[in-house]
Amino acid sequence: MKKWNLVIDVDRCMDCNDCFLADKDEFTGNDFPPYSVAQPWSGHRWMNIMRKERGQYPLVQVAYLPTPCLHCDDAPCIRDSPPGTIYKRADGLVIIDPVKAEGHPEIVNTCPYEVIYWNEEARVAQKCTGCAHLIDDGWLNTRCSQVCPTEAIRLVLADDAEMTSLVAAEGLEVLRPELAAKPRVYYKNLHLWTKAFIAGSVVFSDTDECGEGATAAVSLDGQKIGETTADNYGDFYVDGLEPGGEYTLTVAAAGYASLSQTLKLAQSLNVGRLVLQR
Amino acid sequence: MFVYVKDGKILRITPIEFDDTDAPSWTIEARGRQFSPPRKTTASPWTVAHRSTIYSPKRILTPLKRVDFDPKGARNIQNRGVSGYEPISWEEALDAVAEEMIRLHREVGPAAMLATPGSHHLWGNVGYRHSAFLRFLNLVGLTYAEHNPDSWEGWHWGAMHMWGNSFRLGINEQYGLLEDALKHTDLIIYWSADPEATCNGVYGAHEGAVRRRWLKDLGVKMIVIDPYLNHTGALLGGKWFSPRLGTDVALGLAIAFTWLGEGTYDKEYIAGRTTGFDEWSAYVLGRPDGRPKTPEWAEAECGIPAREIRALAREWAAKKTMVAAGAPGGMGGACRSATGNEWARTMVALAAMQGLGKPGSNLWGTTSGVPIDCSFMFPGYAEGGISGDTNNSAAGFRWVNRMFPDGGAVVNPQHSTEGQTVPRLRIAEAMRHQNEEWRGKGFCGSHIESQFQKYSYPAQGYPHVEMYYRYGGSFFGTMTETNRYVTAYREGKVPFVVNQAVWFEGETKFADIILPACTNFERWDISEFANCSGYIADSYQFANHRVIVFQQKCIEPLGESKPDYDIFCELAKRMGVYGAFSMGGKSDLDWVKDYYHATDMPKVMSWEDFSEKGYYVVPAPDEDNRPKPAMRWFAEGRAKDTPDWGPAPWDQINSEGLQTMSGKIEFVASSLKRLEATGTVDPERPALGPQYIESWEGHHTVDLYAKYPLQMVSPHPKFSFHTMGDAKDSWMNEVKDNRLLKEDGNYYWLMRLNSRDAKVRGVADGDLIRAFNDRGSVILAAQVTERVPPGTVHSYESCADYLPLGDPGHSPDIAGCVNILTPKRYITPTSTGMANNSCLIQIEKWEVGARP
Repeated sequence: MKKWNLVIDVDRCMDCNDCFLADKDEFTGNDFPPYSVAQPWSGHRWMNIMRKERGQYPLVQVAYLPTPCLHCDDAPCIRDSPPGTIYKRADGLVIIDPVKAEGHPEIVNTCPYEVIYWNEEARVAQKCTGCAHLIDDGWLNTRCSQVCPTEAIRLVLADDAEMTSLVAAEGLEVLRPELAAKPRVYYKNLHLWTKAFIAGSVVFSDTDECGEGATAAVSLDGQKIGETTADNYGDFYVDGLEPGGEYTLTVAAAGYASLSQTLKLAQSLNVGRLVLQR
Repeated sequence: MFVYVKDGKILRITPIEFDDTDAPSWTIEARGRQFSPPRKTTASPWTVAHRSTIYSPKRILTPLKRVDFDPKGARNIQNRGVSGYEPISWEEALDAVAEEMIRLHREVGPAAMLATPGSHHLWGNVGYRHSAFLRFLNLVGLTYAEHNPDSWEGWHWGAMHMWGNSFRLGINEQYGLLEDALKHTDLIIYWSADPEATCNGVYGAHEGAVRRRWLKDLGVKMIVIDPYLNHTGALLGGKWFSPRLGTDVALGLAIAFTWLGEGTYDKEYIAGRTTGFDEWSAYVLGRPDGRPKTPEWAEAECGIPAREIRALAREWAAKKTMVAAGAPGGMGGACRSATGNEWARTMVALAAMQGLGKPGSNLWGTTSGVPIDCSFMFPGYAEGGISGDTNNSAAGFRWVNRMFPDGGAVVNPQHSTEGQTVPRLRIAEAMRHQNEEWRGKGFCGSHIESQFQKYSYPAQGYPHVEMYYRYGGSFFGTMTETNRYVTAYREGKVPFVVNQAVWFEGETKFADIILPACTNFERWDISEFANCSGYIADSYQFANHRVIVFQQKCIEPLGESKPDYDIFCELAKRMGVYGAFSMGGKSDLDWVKDYYHATDMPKVMSWEDFSEKGYYVVPAPDEDNRPKPAMRWFAEGRAKDTPDWGPAPWDQINSEGLQTMSGKIEFVASSLKRLEATGTVDPERPALGPQYIESWEGHHTVDLYAKYPLQMVSPHPKFSFHTMGDAKDSWMNEVKDNRLLKEDGNYYWLMRLNSRDAKVRGVADGDLIRAFNDRGSVILAAQVTERVPPGTVHSYESCADYLPLGDPGHSPDIAGCVNILTPKRYITPTSTGMANNSCLIQIEKWEVGARP
């Protein structure tokens, strides 16, 4: 059967907040039985947009991670909440039953992704419903995917086999796969969020020109794991590195002495200006 | 937007998704690919959040009177902003307002009532600002507070003298440039432009986002020059340069210096299409002043390494380049700064040196220039709507004869060049009955020299203003040195203030009588997506489709609030002008129908079908009839062949040439030379230009800089359109990059500062800070970031509310009006514009709940 999946492209999100606000527009003050009672006027982020800067001035990149309920197939919230309060629909959506779940604030803490919120007025835990009521009405979009101006959010109604091929074809990933929760929300270009880079600006000392064409290589335990070429401003970004590792950066250009340094990479790092001497 | 209504309440608001009966979209073929826009409209965030502003807890639901205000006795204006309000009846409120207007007329003199709207707080061509508002005020008489071109400043006061375009306030036409860029452009330089954020591409929501993605997918390189790594840069990537505020011209001159030295500019174009270049290039090379504008010289000013300036110059010269100098093809925060006039001239100069108008090379903001039908007549809101005011609506003359074929337009000589006016930037002084002198009446679009015209307040034979009719959004968050505006209410000499407002916020809280208006979701109107028109002629090109919308009345007005039009009707009855105002008793819906019938709409759709369906998509023209590329005609020395609405016949010969005297791009501005010949020399706006002039509030003002070492940039906002989307207890408050909720329940406006500046001040991300200088202080939430360099701080302007911690106008504001800090000085002595981005401040940590 066609199941509910959401694909979010980190490279296309610019933090316009249309998804966050469309969610509020749909659910604040509006009850959609049997899936949800009204979201409070303020405080909830059923679509929570996270922000991350990588690097330091002036070599900086920015990424945003729109984070709804991930509608996991092995949902920790279903496992850890009182029986019957949360259930999974055949199409994959995870629903907190607003009647059966009333009076169970502990549900909020069952989600390792922290996407469940407490509605004090209604005394019920709440989260993104995947727009279940609209899907039931035949909508081919969720409110967030419909309003997204960059097509960063796509609703994919597909059977499991089709989704498996899409994941492979587009290199989709899920958040924190180590939790083995099997989310139905997939991310494209997630490395922009999870990985780190080493960046710098190369200068040729003899000409005082930008070090265009210099190579920047990164190695880990003696193995080269990344290499790039400095652009016409001498800038390079070696991306896709696991944060926390100890890396060796080597910058080289023909006719110049190479520079090498070893870095403990807590987070993305701009090593600054690297002046190559003849 | 589609508005879903259930049981008399708005349920949801969504983008319009086109159906099969709507006209097909255009397709552009370029570099072996086909590009066609999505079959839907996009929406700005505050539009998506409209339900929360419509049902905002801050809605004013009854007429209000300040408790210690007696229209027939003690006015107690010193208590404005603090003494509180009581509900009164519509009768009482309207009677009080009308009686004061009549009293002024008989006892004070003509135009004794000051009036002005905010820049934007609603939308609609009938019931709104240039339309119903002007129709009413022209009939009863007013002193209009003329709006300075707050988004255009440097283009208006500077670039206009280099290439004319007064009918676009100094900015370039944009026709056909999307196709041109997709086919030919290799590089786009966003210089002080953030089209993904700045009011979301101005009027066009996120319509341009998909087009910039196409360009990226084609491999077109992007460069961002902006003090802040803005959202366009963050989304699309590419090299980011952050020149020190106020030094962009130095960077530009060093680029020109490099091109001159390396011979990498379009010499043929310069020879044929410009004048004065030899004199200007001598200036760049340092011959007259002994100061060559080398990259090394520029590095000392702007902080960008000379080698990178050379690399930028070389890349630019080597590639077909679009300069996006402001989102709509001009504008940009750099134009709202000291000598922003010279920055705008720099943009024209550099683009000219690379063959401005040749394929792939232009000044194009990336937000406009889609291939849609510019011949279908449906006016924008700046065409005057139901006022027919041809003096004060940019393009009203194009519309008035259609709307009023048998008469009925309303113009008032008081509201003209021969009447009395006040610059919006000097409202506070007018309210204090100070004399003022300045040049130019508001947006000086009629011709280049109109901005030289001298004005004074009071005008000869006119009185000082004694009443203020305020309509729409607050100026506390949008003008300059805005504690002036606060104290003018309490310490000035205007004994009666009425504010016609939707929300209880900002300036509204300083009125004596408040007339509650409803939103445009609670009344009838008609408009077109992204069509403001006038000085942004054919601005519907911001959108991917021309979408003409019947703005249906979705719900009844909340509480006792009324449509603006109905409020004006009630006052008009009391002033004895109801017949003239309503043209015999028309309702707003009657006007909407009349308006519809005056456009081209009846040719394509019956009123019944239009009002049933709610919108119409104007078909895109076939390929042969698409607008021709902007400025191609100029580059090729031909008659102008774009659908642009200027220059006027008397400013051209045989439809050829620009509006300048020479018809060419002038490096020595003939208009400024003529101004000098008539005795006015403005050293900050020299005839020879662009020149680098040190900022009058920047790193060269050493004493002030020592005291206030941080330069603040306050661009047009990402999460509001002027004050339209901000505050109001709406969901916009919860947008993380807009405001931050603290323990005291206040949503604090953000200020972004570099991690090093934060560290030395003991400020952590999310801490409250006091930003201050001699003009005042604002309490903000710190966002510690790498997206600004050390020494620069960033906070958007346009806070809608004002929440002083103590004495209004003399205490810190916790709402976020950063314009309290900005200078009131005009951009140059003869340029009546504002320079918000020339602002030195200091920051210190502040504790929640602290008192000044």
